[in-house]
Amino acid sequence: MSLLTVDNLWVKFPTRNGIFDAVRGVSFSLDRERLGIVGESGSGKSMTGRAILRLIRKPGEVTANHIMLDGKDLMQLKEREMRKIRGQHISMVMQDPKFSLNPVMTVGAQIMEAYSLHAKATALETKQKTLEMLEAVSIRDPERVFRAYPHEMSGGMGQRIMIAMMLIPNPKILIADEPTSALDVSVQTQVLGIIDKLVQQRGMGLIFISHDLNLVSAFCDRVLIMYAGRIVEICDADKLHEAQHPYTQGLLKSLPRLDAPARRLEVLKRDPAWRDAESVSGIK
Amino acid sequence: MTGINIDKLNVWFGDGIDRVDAVREATVKVSKGESFGLVGESGSGKSTILRALTGLVPTWSGSMEAAGETLGKKRSRHFYKKVQMVFQDPYASLHPRHPVDQVLSETLRLHGFTNIDARISKLLDEVGLGQSFRFRYPHQLSGGQRQRVAIARALAPQPEILLLDEPTSALDVSVQAEILNLLTDLQTEHGLTYLMVSHDLAVVGHICSRIAVMQQGRIVEIMSIEEMRALQPKHPYSKHLLEASLGYKRQPVSD
Repeated sequence: MSLLTVDNLWVKFPTRNGIFDAVRGVSFSLDRERLGIVGESGSGKSMTGRAILRLIRKPGEVTANHIMLDGKDLMQLKEREMRKIRGQHISMVMQDPKFSLNPVMTVGAQIMEAYSLHAKATALETKQKTLEMLEAVSIRDPERVFRAYPHEMSGGMGQRIMIAMMLIPNPKILIADEPTSALDVSVQTQVLGIIDKLVQQRGMGLIFISHDLNLVSAFCDRVLIMYAGRIVEICDADKLHEAQHPYTQGLLKSLPRLDAPARRLEVLKRDPAWRDAESVSGIK
Repeated sequence: MTGINIDKLNVWFGDGIDRVDAVREATVKVSKGESFGLVGESGSGKSTILRALTGLVPTWSGSMEAAGETLGKKRSRHFYKKVQMVFQDPYASLHPRHPVDQVLSETLRLHGFTNIDARISKLLDEVGLGQSFRFRYPHQLSGGQRQRVAIARALAPQPEILLLDEPTSALDVSVQAEILNLLTDLQTEHGLTYLMVSHDLAVVGHICSRIAVMQQGRIVEIMSIEEMRALQPKHPYSKHLLEASLGYKRQPVSD
C-alpha cells in the first residue's frame, strides 16, 4: 500500500483578474521511494508540496478528492489534528536554511523542541537524542553546534541542521523543497548524500522538489514533470533522458553540457496545448 | 592586445584582527574578444575580483589594467564607458519605479549620447525585447526579460568589456539557454570581451574558452575548456569541483 495518495489536488488563488489555479488536478502516490517533482518556476511544484501539509495561507485555497495518509484523509482533519501530522508523520525541508531557522534560538534548543513536541522524553534523553541526530547528519562537533546560533553556521551546516530537525521526530515522509539550490556544488553532494542515507536507513518516502533535471534523474527513483500546474509526464528517473513529452525533451536540450559542447543552445518552444492537456496521473 | 590584465591582485576587507583576505595574489590575463571564466565555491573571491575591477571595493593592491587603462584609485569616465557589469539578480538590479525607457535613457544621457530615442529602440531590438517593452516597469517583466534589460543597459554605452556576475543563476534552465545564446550572439556581433563568474561549470564551459579555478581567494589553476572537458584538471580542488558538478553519485549504504 502507498504511504501517501493525492487525488485531484487543486490550489487556487483569487486575484483581481479572477481565480488563478496554481496546481490543477494533480494526482500521485508515494511509496517508500524517492519521488522527484521537477518543473520551472511557477509550475506549481512547491505549491504541491505545501498543499500536502496544508500550508497554503488564506486567501489561497486547497481542494482535493482526498490526500490519504495511513487511512486518514488529511483534507478532513481539523487544524489542531493537522499539527500532529506535521513533523511527526510528514516533515518538510525548505530551500534556504537562513530563513527557516529561528535566529534567536540556539541550534540545540530548536532541534530539542522539534523532538519534545512529539515524543515524551526527559530533558536529558532529548539532549542525547539531539546530539545523536546532529552526528547522523555528519556534523563533526555536535556539542559545539548544539550551543551555537544559526548565524554562526554556514549554508551547508544550516541545511544539515534543518534535516536533523525534520528527521528527529522520525516521520514517514520527508518533503524536500529545493533543499540544495542555495548551496555550492561540493556541499550539495554532501547534503544529498545525507538525505539519501537517512531515507534509505529509515525506509521513508521522499518527495524531492527541484528545478534541476540532471540532479533529479540521478537522485530519485521516479520523476513527475510539472508544467503550468499539471503533471505532463511521469517516468523512471534513470529513463528521464528518453522522455517522450516535448516539454521534458525541450528542458533537457536547453541545458549546456560539459561533455557535448554546442555553439548554440536549443531554446524551448512552448506549445499552448501543453497547458490545456489533462494532468497525467501518478498513482501506481 | 590585452582586454583585461590583472597582476598580483590582493583584496581585503576590514583591518586588524578582523581583516579578511578575500583575494590573494590573483593574476589573470584576458585578451581582447576572449571569454574568460572564474569558478569556485561561494566565498572563494571570484565576485570580489569583478567588484575590485569596477571600483566597488576600494581596498586592493597590485595592478589592474582594463580597456587600455591602468586603474588607480579613481576610474575615468572613459573606463565606465568601456567596462560594464551585469549582476546576478535581475530582480534586485533594476530600479522598481523606473520603466525600461528611463533605465536606458538615464545611462545613455550620463554617457553623453545624443539621439537617445533611436538608440533605445536599437538596444531593445538587440537584446530581443522589441518596442512593446519600452514603457514597462520591472514588475511587469519576467526574470529572463529583466536580465535582458540589464544586458541592454550594460550595452548602452557601447562597452568593450562585459563583466558577468552569475548572469543566469537566478533563471530557469529554458530561460538560461535564451540568455546564454544572446550573450554568444552579442559577442560575435560587437567583439566583446567577457569576464564571467559562475559556479556552474557547464555554463562557464558553454561561454568561455579559458577558466580559472579559485579556492579561498587564490587562483589554483587556469585551464582551457578543452582540458576541462577532457576531465584533466591538475589541481585536486579543480578535480573535486568538476566531479561534483558532473552530478550526484549514489554511495552504497553500509549499515
